[in-house]
Amino acid sequence: MITYLARRILWIIPVLFTVSIITFFLMHAVPGGPWDRDKRLPQAVQARLNAQYGLDQPLPVQYVQWAGKFVTGDFGPSYRFQDRRVNDIVADGLGTTVQLGVMAFILAVLVGIPLGVIAALGHNRWPDYLSTAISIIGICTPSFVLAILLIVVFSVQLGWFPTGQWKGPNYWVLPTVALAGFPIAVIARYTRASMLEVTRKDYIRTAQSKGLRDQSVVSRHMIRNALIPVVTILGPTLAFLVTGSFVIERFFSIPGVGQFYLTSISTRDYSLLMAMTMLYAFSVAFLNVVVDILYAYIDPRIRYS
Amino acid sequence: MATQTTVVGGRVARPRAGASLWADAWSRLRKNRLAILGLILVILLLLAGAFGPIIAPYPYQVQDLVAVRANHNQPIGPFVGPHALGTDQLGRDLLSRLLDGARISVTVAFVVQAVILTIGVPVGAIAGWFGGRIDNLLMRITDVIYAFPDLLFIILLSVAFRETAFGQALDGLLLVFVAIGLVSWVTVARLVRGQLLALKETEFVEAARAIGVSDRKIVTRHLLPNGIGPIIVAVTLGIPGAILAESTLAYIGIGVQPPRASWGTLIYEGQKFIRAQPHLTLFPAICIAIALISFTFLGDGLRDALDPKLKGKQ
Repeated sequence: MITYLARRILWIIPVLFTVSIITFFLMHAVPGGPWDRDKRLPQAVQARLNAQYGLDQPLPVQYVQWAGKFVTGDFGPSYRFQDRRVNDIVADGLGTTVQLGVMAFILAVLVGIPLGVIAALGHNRWPDYLSTAISIIGICTPSFVLAILLIVVFSVQLGWFPTGQWKGPNYWVLPTVALAGFPIAVIARYTRASMLEVTRKDYIRTAQSKGLRDQSVVSRHMIRNALIPVVTILGPTLAFLVTGSFVIERFFSIPGVGQFYLTSISTRDYSLLMAMTMLYAFSVAFLNVVVDILYAYIDPRIRYS
Repeated sequence: MATQTTVVGGRVARPRAGASLWADAWSRLRKNRLAILGLILVILLLLAGAFGPIIAPYPYQVQDLVAVRANHNQPIGPFVGPHALGTDQLGRDLLSRLLDGARISVTVAFVVQAVILTIGVPVGAIAGWFGGRIDNLLMRITDVIYAFPDLLFIILLSVAFRETAFGQALDGLLLVFVAIGLVSWVTVARLVRGQLLALKETEFVEAARAIGVSDRKIVTRHLLPNGIGPIIVAVTLGIPGAILAESTLAYIGIGVQPPRASWGTLIYEGQKFIRAQPHLTLFPAICIAIALISFTFLGDGLRDALDPKLKGKQ
């Protein structure tokens, strides 16, 4: 187990290395540069800026310089926000983005799993149809459409929740719901299918025939076993929440790091873009390891070697 | 799985097993009402994509300036006058633009899946068949692609090649399709690999090997036909993801270039008028939802029909 764990975690390093190389060269293949403004800067100024930031070096040299700093935890200066370092920008927004992601994740689990369980227990009756309808709507509504609908109904029409800032729980509700909509639907579908599968198992019949109350059969035997496969989709769900927050943050003007993801591309803010990419790649790779370990932990039948 | 493959003098004949597999699947699919609903919607969507410009009341880029000026330069509402679903603030007919958007979404559905299949099936087949080092390499590539922020990759690729001839093809759409395909092929590759690994150990493959059928023939004649069900399902269920990705990109301004508009672009443009003219946002959103629902229903139905063992699983 320990060797497996070590191997999985060490494997993150070459993955990050490959991702960084591809992004770095693709990014520099994009026409234009960080000094493009509406009013063109004089050639001499651009050359001086390039020299100061090391952008006049050949690309491989630039990559090595960037990587050398990156491994020491220095993400470099931002090209667009010229008085700030990327470390500061990331440190400022990361908490908000993580908070949004965690809230959406908790909401998705707390709503999605019960929805799936209820659907399976009322199989082919109205709870099933209701829950299936909710999850189909969730799967078929893009998060930006859900965001528009939520704002129109709950912010504009009803005036319940303010938007456009990130000052308190009132402001958190709509973005969290908009982000959690799709994961809720996916988790509910998985849970329902997994519950239905478990219902047919021999050990459920055994539990029922030895006279256990329905309640304890459901809670101790069915749900606990049915949730094991559901854990496998939590990894992709977390990845979705990280990417999804880029669009949602822009939409609700949330001061997280996700917003920089899109702007750093359009402003050619190379160092910020690299930092964002590495952050994303690391979270996805790391979360996948965590989910795999969790999987082995809750299901004693699985042993990694 | 059909195992009644008969091998006669090196030539492979499996008409009975094949026919009954598909006939079986069709009869199961027919009984699934949601799947049939999905199938009908998919066919309607395909027709709209194919014949949209012909049945559209106006060309998608033509502006009805007279009508808009009479309406104080505001978008015209639906269900009144000559524009069935109203117009935007420039007087462009919404129904015609939605039909053009259907063409874009249908193209996404097929071009992206074609890219995924041309890369995913050979790579998965090679990895699954030869195993060992090559297989390991595929798994490592998968790790990298999964860790890669796909939105970022698609955006970078579209921006980097926007000015080239390739980037201009199909109003800038081809590039987006290929980019989406490039980040999504690993799922199919892994699926094909898994199928091959399972099928490789079956008796009929062993028999074919024993009589000296070449590797290539075993893969193309025995393994792929027997493992095709899950691939079809994965392709069908992959389509909603591709349509969603395209509309999300269009929504943030990547992809199709004006005056053409994808459903995502229409939502973005309509959002400014969300209070006075919600139909500009609502109709494209409904179109996206219907497109996603139809392929999801059909894909779910196909999965149950092609592999009854998996019934009810995600």
